[in-house]
Parts: sequence; structure tokens; C-alpha cells
Amino acid sequence: MARTARSEAVPEREQWSGQFGFIMAAVGSAVGLGNIWRFPGVAYESGGGAFLIPYLVALLTAGIPILFLDYAIGHRFRGSAPLALRRLGGRLGEGIGWFQVVICALIALYYTGVLAWAGSYFVFSFGEKWGDDTLGFFTGEYLQVSDGAERPFTLDFVPAVLIPLVLMWIVTLVILGAGVVKGVQRANVIIIPLLVIAFLALVVRSLFLPGALDGLDAFFTPDFAALADPGVWIAAYSQIFFSLSVAFGIMITYASYRRRRSNMTGAGLVVAFGNSSFEILAGIGVFSAIGFLAHQQGIGVDDVEGLTGPILAFVTFPAIVSEMPGGGLMGALFFGALTLAGLTSLISIIEVVIAAIRDKFGLTRGQSVAAIGVIAALSIVLLGTTSGLIALDTVDQWTNNIGIVASAIITTIVVIWIKRRGGELARHLSAVSTFKVGTLWVLFTGVVAPVVLFYMVFEKVRDLITGGYEGYATWYLGVAGWGSIVLALLGAIILPLVTWRNDPDRFDEWPSKEQLRVTKGALL
Amino acid sequence: MSAIAIVFLIVAAVVVWGGLLASIGFLTARPEVSSYPPGGEDGPGED
Repeated sequence: MARTARSEAVPEREQWSGQFGFIMAAVGSAVGLGNIWRFPGVAYESGGGAFLIPYLVALLTAGIPILFLDYAIGHRFRGSAPLALRRLGGRLGEGIGWFQVVICALIALYYTGVLAWAGSYFVFSFGEKWGDDTLGFFTGEYLQVSDGAERPFTLDFVPAVLIPLVLMWIVTLVILGAGVVKGVQRANVIIIPLLVIAFLALVVRSLFLPGALDGLDAFFTPDFAALADPGVWIAAYSQIFFSLSVAFGIMITYASYRRRRSNMTGAGLVVAFGNSSFEILAGIGVFSAIGFLAHQQGIGVDDVEGLTGPILAFVTFPAIVSEMPGGGLMGALFFGALTLAGLTSLISIIEVVIAAIRDKFGLTRGQSVAAIGVIAALSIVLLGTTSGLIALDTVDQWTNNIGIVASAIITTIVVIWIKRRGGELARHLSAVSTFKVGTLWVLFTGVVAPVVLFYMVFEKVRDLITGGYEGYATWYLGVAGWGSIVLALLGAIILPLVTWRNDPDRFDEWPSKEQLRVTKGALL
Repeated sequence: MSAIAIVFLIVAAVVVWGGLLASIGFLTARPEVSSYPPGGEDGPGED
């Protein structure tokens, strides 16, 4: 790649208008569906109140350190994931960046589907349209799910899903097309306060329902024996890791839009604790409501089923709403919150792809948003049919549990051990931020995080290979599941070979290595 | 609610929500480092 062939440097980036705009956007990205439908159930099943201990340990030893790593890469090397990582680590780095971009594109495919469902259920809430059999309504009448063993892929479109799906894509692309400040930042500055208010109203209402205190009792009573179970610790690390939106390019991209003279770690602590604060709030809201459901049905809280994921949201929660006087409003608050939380996360996921293709191919924002139309079209074909739930479930399982975790392991090992940039990045963060990081951060990022994450991915791969997934056809898991990972790997190998429109290497870091007193090749 | 559940509710609230308030307080009190290395002024960028 001769530098003389492309004398132009990659153009200056868009910028958040300030600290507040960045924090709102980063919180919007981190607070997503997982905070609402994953944390409460996981915490309850993993030791209740005692889960707080591994959860906080995971936050401090892996969540915040990897969040800071993403910030440092994006802020110092000022680019989308492929550009910033290329400036850090050459073609190898760029490959990791493209791996993350492909993962984001795949997640965008199905995440929009969940938003479409949440949007539909927001509307259904007003008439409690799901009736008494909420599971039957969700998988039958609404999604019309096909048989996953026999027909995991169909082209039988379901209009009730297709229409909100198309609308959701339009809203998302309009926001992204308006730019970083006028689109992404503005949407987050409006949505996040709205989300917090809606969710607080939901929590307060839930707390006054009969049985709510039994739900909270079940949620917070600690089971200390669970702390001896390695599975509980892994559950804590997974929750923190997936919840913070780290290691798949989002925080690199968002950090690259910050001014050079910006306090990164100070803002990062607000984002990390803000994300966890929302999780605790969700735990209180969800378990108060579940306590109420148990009370109405005359059963114990531990007999209630469907405490996590889409089943919690689209089957258990509608049942709670149906039991409640004036439940329609409660349903609207819940599904409204779910839609808003998911929308801000979806925006951040697609921005990763937009930023990457803009940097690489020198496109305008409008052109790159138009290119996202390809992902939108695929998403509509895959998710708007009777096999949409199966596609979503499968791609999600592989991209998250294998794709993102592998991306985190490779990034930490390449940055800290192979390229040995840990010391430089720590000094960079400390030079611009009020919360200083050093040896301990490099240790957590380079040792603790990859070791725990490796154990997680190893166990998951073994499970998926030996046990399959949800009884879906094996050929389908090969195509949609393993195929997703292969696609990301192909992106990582092929895209770095494509020529950049502008010279990615014409770039000066600030503060310079001399200013940071970096010793070449040193780990710290 | 049992006493121990209440204790853990309070601990969670104090540690996590307290952590949020403390980090907001820290950022408000010290929004920027006292001095930056020379350079690092941004161009206008694009909007």
C-alpha cells in the first residue's frame, strides 16, 4: 500500500457537542433490552442479593476496564473500529475492526425485529390484545412461528410484524442520516430522560401492587452458597460484558467523535454506573411485578416461569398486565420503555457500520446510510416472516456468545500482548482524564478479562457443538449460526485487503508518544 | 420482606446508585484535567 498513491488523509470526524451529549449517547447504547429482560432473571437465578458481589467484581475487573480500552482506542486513534484499530495495529488490527463491524451488521439484522415486536406490543397494550393465553398469542397469532426442526426458514410474510419492522427501520435510518449531533445525540438526549421517567413510573406503580414485596424478597434474599458456584461468577461476567456494549466497535466509534481534549474515564464511570443503576431499577420493577403475578395466581414467586428474555417481555409481562386493574397503561409504559431502550442501542450498533464504510470508502453520511438499506432489506426478509423468531434466536446466540466474546479476547490480547500498546493507552487516558489508570488497568484488561472470557466462549462452543440449539435443524444452525461467525471472519480477512479511499496511516496521535513518555515494546 | 433482603436492597442501592451519584459528582467537580500536553486543538470537524 504505497502512501504516495493516496496523499489525502481521512477527513476530520463529526463531534459530539460536549460531555453531556456523549454521556447520553453512551448510556443510550449501554442501556438496552439486556438491562430490562436479562439482568433481573439472571440475578435472581444466580444467588439473588448475593449476586451483587460477583456482579460488582465483574464490573470493576472486566466491564469498566474493557470499556476504557474501547474509549482509549477510539479516542486516541480517532476512527471507526477498522480505522482506529488499523492505526493501532496495522492490517491485523484492521481485521479485528472489520470482524466487529460484521458482527454489528448481523446484530442490526435481528435487533430491529425485537424493536418491531416491542412497538407492536406497545399498541396491543391499550386493548390487552393478547388475551389469556399470552404464549399462544405471541408465538401463534402474532408471530405465527414455523416449526424450527422442519421449516426453520420460510418466506411466508407476517404483515403484523412486517409493517412495524419497516417503520422501525425508517425511524432508525432517519435518525442516523441526520448525523452525530443532529441525529444520534439529539435522539438520545430526548429518549434517555423519557426512558428513565417511564421506567420510574412503572417501578413505582409495581411497588404498590399486592405481592410486590414478596417479589422483592425473592430477588434480594442472598443465597451465599451460590458464590461457590463458578457458573454464577461466569453469569456475572457475561451480564456485565453484554450489558455495557463493549468490544464490538460501538464505544470505539462513539469515543472517536469526542474532541481530543476530553475527559474520557470520568465520563466512562458515569456511563458504567448509569448502566448498572438502570439494571438495579429494572430488577426492582420486574420482580415487584412478578411478585404480583404470583400473588394473583396463588403460587410462590419461585414457581413463576419465564423470567428472562423475550419470554419475560412478551409472555410473562402481558400476563401481569392482564391481571392488573388499569393494566393497559402499565403495559404501554413497559413496552414503550423497551422500545426506547432498544432504539438507542440499535442506533449505536448501526453507527459502527456507517462510520466504518464512511472511513474506508470515503462516502458521505447520506451514501452510507443508503448502503445500510441492504441490511434493512435483508432484515425485513429474514424477520418479517414466520421463521423470524428462529432467525433472531439463532443469529443472536452465535453473534453474542461467540462473536462478541471472541472479539473481546482477540482485541485485548492483540492490543496488550502482541502490539504492546497497553502502557501507551493507559497514559493517553490519564493525560486527558481526571480518573487516572495504570498498571492495574493493564492487568485487568490484559489478563483477567481474556481469561474469564476465554472460559465463557470455550464452554459455549462446547455446548453448541454437542447439544445443538433449541432443537432447530442442524443445517440451519450451520448456516445462520456458524455461518454468521464465518462471515465475520471473511470480513476480517478480505476487507483489510481492499484499498482505502484516503490514506488511513496519515495521522498523528495526540498526545504524542514522546509527550506520554512511552517506552517502545514495554508492557506498561 | 425479610431483614436480610432489605439489607441487600439497601446495599445494592447505596453501592450502585451511590456509585452513579459519586461519579457524576466527581465529573462535575473535576470536568477536565488541570493542564493538557501542548497541541490537541480540534478543527471544527464536520457536523
